Amino acid sequence: MPPAFSAGDTAWVMVSAALVMLMIPGLALFYGGMVRAKSALNMLMMSISCLAVVTVVWLLYGYSLAFGPDAFGGMIGTLKFAGMDGIGVQTLTGSVPTLVFASFQLMFAAITTALLSGSIADRAKFGSWLVFVAAWATAVYFPIAHWVFDGQGWIAGHLHTLDLAGGTVVEINSGASGLALALVLGKRIGFKRDPMRPHSLPLVVLGGGLLWFGWFGFNAGSALASGGLAGMAFFNTQVAGAAGVLGWLAVEKRRDGHATTLGAVSGAVAGLVGITPACGSVNPMGALVVGALAGVACSYAVGLKFRFGYDDSLDVAGVHGVGGIVGTLLIGVLASAAVTGHARGLAYGGGLDQLGRQALAVVVVGAYAFALTWLIAKGIDRWIGFRVSRDDELAGLDLLVHGESAYDIGAHTAGIGHRITGHHHDHHDDQHDTQVVASSEGESISANIRP
Amino acid sequence: MRLITAVIKPFKLDDVKAALETLGVHGLTVSEASGYGRQGGHTEVYRGAEYQVDLVPKLRVEVVCDDDDVDDLIDAIVAASRTGKIGDGKVWSVPVETLVRVRTGERGTAAI
Repeated sequence: MPPAFSAGDTAWVMVSAALVMLMIPGLALFYGGMVRAKSALNMLMMSISCLAVVTVVWLLYGYSLAFGPDAFGGMIGTLKFAGMDGIGVQTLTGSVPTLVFASFQLMFAAITTALLSGSIADRAKFGSWLVFVAAWATAVYFPIAHWVFDGQGWIAGHLHTLDLAGGTVVEINSGASGLALALVLGKRIGFKRDPMRPHSLPLVVLGGGLLWFGWFGFNAGSALASGGLAGMAFFNTQVAGAAGVLGWLAVEKRRDGHATTLGAVSGAVAGLVGITPACGSVNPMGALVVGALAGVACSYAVGLKFRFGYDDSLDVAGVHGVGGIVGTLLIGVLASAAVTGHARGLAYGGGLDQLGRQALAVVVVGAYAFALTWLIAKGIDRWIGFRVSRDDELAGLDLLVHGESAYDIGAHTAGIGHRITGHHHDHHDDQHDTQVVASSEGESISANIRP
Repeated sequence: MRLITAVIKPFKLDDVKAALETLGVHGLTVSEASGYGRQGGHTEVYRGAEYQVDLVPKLRVEVVCDDDDVDDLIDAIVAASRTGKIGDGKVWSVPVETLVRVRTGERGTAAI
């Protein structure tokens, strides 16, 4: 018998959906602060646009592909609920209205898509990105969400992999896809030669803080009920974020000599990524281990791009991919029957059974996401081009793509030398004037990079 | 007349200003600059990637003065901006042909 409507569950899942929504501007600021000032707005726009595009495709058919009646043995949902057809105020999913559940899951689809943008910072055509977002959500996110988040999906329903909040669907998926995307678009001009230092670490801290805040909804909301499991996930989320900070900083202090602000925020994200799948399977001491190991592993993983020469610019694979793998696999070791109710990991006498189920999901989701993303990105690149011109990339995307600049500070850019030249018809001249001013900035620092 | 230009460490500006004020200098121009000399720059580390930053921030202080005052002012600037560590900067002077105070139109030493 399906559970009856619960007001408490509904309230919590609605609040959680809004918390996850806040992670998207949070991610925008986290990423935006890490890029150079000349393309900061483009970075924000890549995240914000996901909220818009993914919402529309979710309404039209995405929800139905992910959570519609199962087809092909747990592979995909049918289009029965396209346009949210037949779903009304009385329709329930579990103990919450289906539209509340669909809102919560929509935010997951949007933030996961936005995560990918970090791998191609400073060099993607905006229109091509919008096309990619719709195509990627359709061919990659919705099927994997069906496999893992829908009880009829083959990973959740047949393989019985444990993944409460999306270590596979969100983290490994975005990490593998981000890696493929970075390989298709190629390196930024000046990668490993020019300093590409974060232009605003305070923005990174603000964005990372919003992510952490939203992650309580992301993880504890994934219980889809207001109760003990949500409470465990909530507490575990806090513990793992904290352990991630300490893990990352310990590596940095020992390896590089300084505990950095960027390292603290990156470590928090790594720990939170790690606990995402595991927050409903491990106890709080387990969360401490998961968070710390994710922080340590990711702090090393972000250096791999310099060694192997791929430009995963903001470390989507290094943090989300690696952190997601750490968390998803550790469930197979640290899952406690006191939390899961049944499944036990290796450390609690469960043998290798659960670890095997976790590993298979990691491999299949990672391989599917990498392959499909590579094909979609290649297709878009052939069709309309995915990368901006060399000159546009060097000048920065903000002025050329969006007609705006992120900052108007400093004596010779603070309004001085700018004229109001009318509206749309003079737009092109105005852009040209401003560009000359902007080009005097930022190009003078030369640097080299040590992997 | 002479134009004295000093490129100094940014945190030494207050000391230089105070030293010049005690010698009766009533005006100067300060601008942000970046450069390198024997100091060579510094390194910064982001997510484990170490960047060698060649150009470091400096301030450029400019003062116009009478020929007779130039040595005293340069000595004062040098004394005030010295830390003894590498990267303290440079001070130099060049002859000035024309000087006009924009508000009054005064020319030459009267405009200093």
